[in-house]
Amino acid sequence: MTRITTVFDKLRKQNRKALIPFITAGDPDPALMIPLMHELVKAGADVIELGVPFSDPMADGPTIQRSSERALKYGVGLKDVLTMVEEFRKDDIATPVVLMGYANPIEAMGYEAFTARARACGVDGVLTVDYPPEESAEWVAYLNRQQIDAIFLLSPTTPLARIEQVAKMAQGYIYYVSLKGVTGASNLDLREVAGRLAQLRSCISIPIGVGFGIRDSMTAKAVAGLADAVVIGSRIIEEIENSTRENLLSNVYRLVKSLRSAIDEAQPETLVSHH
Amino acid sequence: MKVYDLPDGGGHFGPYGGVFVAETLIAALEELRAQYDRYREDADFQAEFAYELKHYVGRPSPIYHAKRWSAHLGGAQILLKREDLNHTGAHKINNAIGQALLARRMGKSRVIAETGAGQHGVATATVAARYGMKCIVYMGSVDVERQAANVYRMKLLGATVVPVESGSRTLKDALNEAMRDWVTNIGDTFYIIGTVAGPHPYPMMVRDFQAIIGREAIVQMQEEYGRQPDALIACVGGGSNAIGLFYPYLDSDIRMIGVEAAGRGIESGEHAATLTTGRPGVLHGNRTYLIQDENGQIIETHSISAGLDYPGVGPEHAWLKDSNRAEYIGITDDQALEAFHALCHYEGIIPALESSHALAYAAQLAPTLARDKLLLVNLSGRGDKDMATVAHASDITF
Repeated sequence: MTRITTVFDKLRKQNRKALIPFITAGDPDPALMIPLMHELVKAGADVIELGVPFSDPMADGPTIQRSSERALKYGVGLKDVLTMVEEFRKDDIATPVVLMGYANPIEAMGYEAFTARARACGVDGVLTVDYPPEESAEWVAYLNRQQIDAIFLLSPTTPLARIEQVAKMAQGYIYYVSLKGVTGASNLDLREVAGRLAQLRSCISIPIGVGFGIRDSMTAKAVAGLADAVVIGSRIIEEIENSTRENLLSNVYRLVKSLRSAIDEAQPETLVSHH
Repeated sequence: MKVYDLPDGGGHFGPYGGVFVAETLIAALEELRAQYDRYREDADFQAEFAYELKHYVGRPSPIYHAKRWSAHLGGAQILLKREDLNHTGAHKINNAIGQALLARRMGKSRVIAETGAGQHGVATATVAARYGMKCIVYMGSVDVERQAANVYRMKLLGATVVPVESGSRTLKDALNEAMRDWVTNIGDTFYIIGTVAGPHPYPMMVRDFQAIIGREAIVQMQEEYGRQPDALIACVGGGSNAIGLFYPYLDSDIRMIGVEAAGRGIESGEHAATLTTGRPGVLHGNRTYLIQDENGQIIETHSISAGLDYPGVGPEHAWLKDSNRAEYIGITDDQALEAFHALCHYEGIIPALESSHALAYAAQLAPTLARDKLLLVNLSGRGDKDMATVAHASDITF
């Protein structure tokens, strides 16, 4: 059983939902990454999504793009990101780490070299934004050889037949993009999300996380009432942007802690039935 | 000879091309593919496209024999396919019309585009005005500054020009931003991509709309010279004018040469010679050759010509290179400028700096060949937009 499945199984038994914060590896400074990752766990993160900096983050909004640019100023590449996970694993063998990024850095390193090293460093899942299932057969085979979960996206525009196709390949959890747009937008429609999730549940057996456009505790709580996991990225990156080196860890801790509390207050499913 | 039938159903040219985008764009691309499949074979659509090319663009563009320049060079005869004579001054309009007609049939009222030098932006703004559509053009803020005249042109035509401040603030970043707009406004928006790159079906669709260049050339060469040329030469940034000329000739054995921007020289590292120096990777929705560092980050490119200043290249060119069907070579800024001045001097034609790269290679090749050989060069655009750049390179200020 992978670390991701273990975590979701445990949460389900406790009737709790997962909190998955996203940060970009190397932002704001590579030296702060390991303490920051541990701080996220301390504040209640169940899984960490670690963004791999890329020069052309086409699917991301300005906030995550800026964080990628800050990391790239330090020259943080995929190999450095893997080393960060390796460092993190020295003190945390339980919290799953999912790398999220674009195809080209992986292609530059090579499937074989990347997956072997990722396994050795303790990476649990990889979400490659610009590898849709059609282009992923060989890639997923490489991941599976190293028992790394292939995480896939679904969007509000994904038709039913395609959801079934993605469901066959997806492992760990499904990342449902809750709106039409890029990361960091703020026009999430809860009712639409509720309707779509019901449809997704009918053909997906693994946990479903919802992300894009979750910016406050109230929305996080509402989404937690619908999904198995809440993914929060841009809001945390903004907190990092607005912090100094001195108060960064405490600010991020406070934010993630408050999201955690909100998610734990959510009453599973009640939101759907009472509306 | 095997009939050329690429791309496959998934948009692949050998290992290149494909659909490498986030899930959020898949449905829109699928809709576009289905609609294009339908209208590609639709007689009414093709008739309207042909009508517009004839009456609005001014096609067919002539093939002109550059006699004085050829005589000066002393070798093969240089023939120019005069895309510079098209409405808006470049080949870009062919594709912009094709996609705008498709957008109308798909009921999209808003078109967006990315632009580097501004030629594709101007072409898109032009067709948006022509068909009464709302038009947003994304342009890197660096390009906005160095192509001020084209920015003004687009505004005159009613387009909104959005300067892009992210990344290197050039063409690739404008493309990223246009993709973000598209994914956010998928319902009413059609993204008119200007070159044979991007996810399927764009490389195929743009090629099909530009293939009018080569189809005309085949007829014109037969009529005027009684035979086809010995070589085709075209500049390659993304590669749309080159593929437009090459594609109808792919089943022949005529030599094809794509000319990339070698900028300040390949060894300087400041160039945009993707096929000459790049490695395969994934960017902007397709797998192709890319100029990238060892970590897979895309590197900023340089060319005196903004239209060639792009770190990728159309996937079909990547395939034509690997399969040895076409050759790709680099021409420096200085060599392109020399050819630019030569064409002004000997033929009274001011070429675009992009096209000047193709001319420069023709000038190298012609003297090595007999006088009865014919080189067909795609003069993809006129150079009016480049006045400031050329003057600057000659240390002249207006």
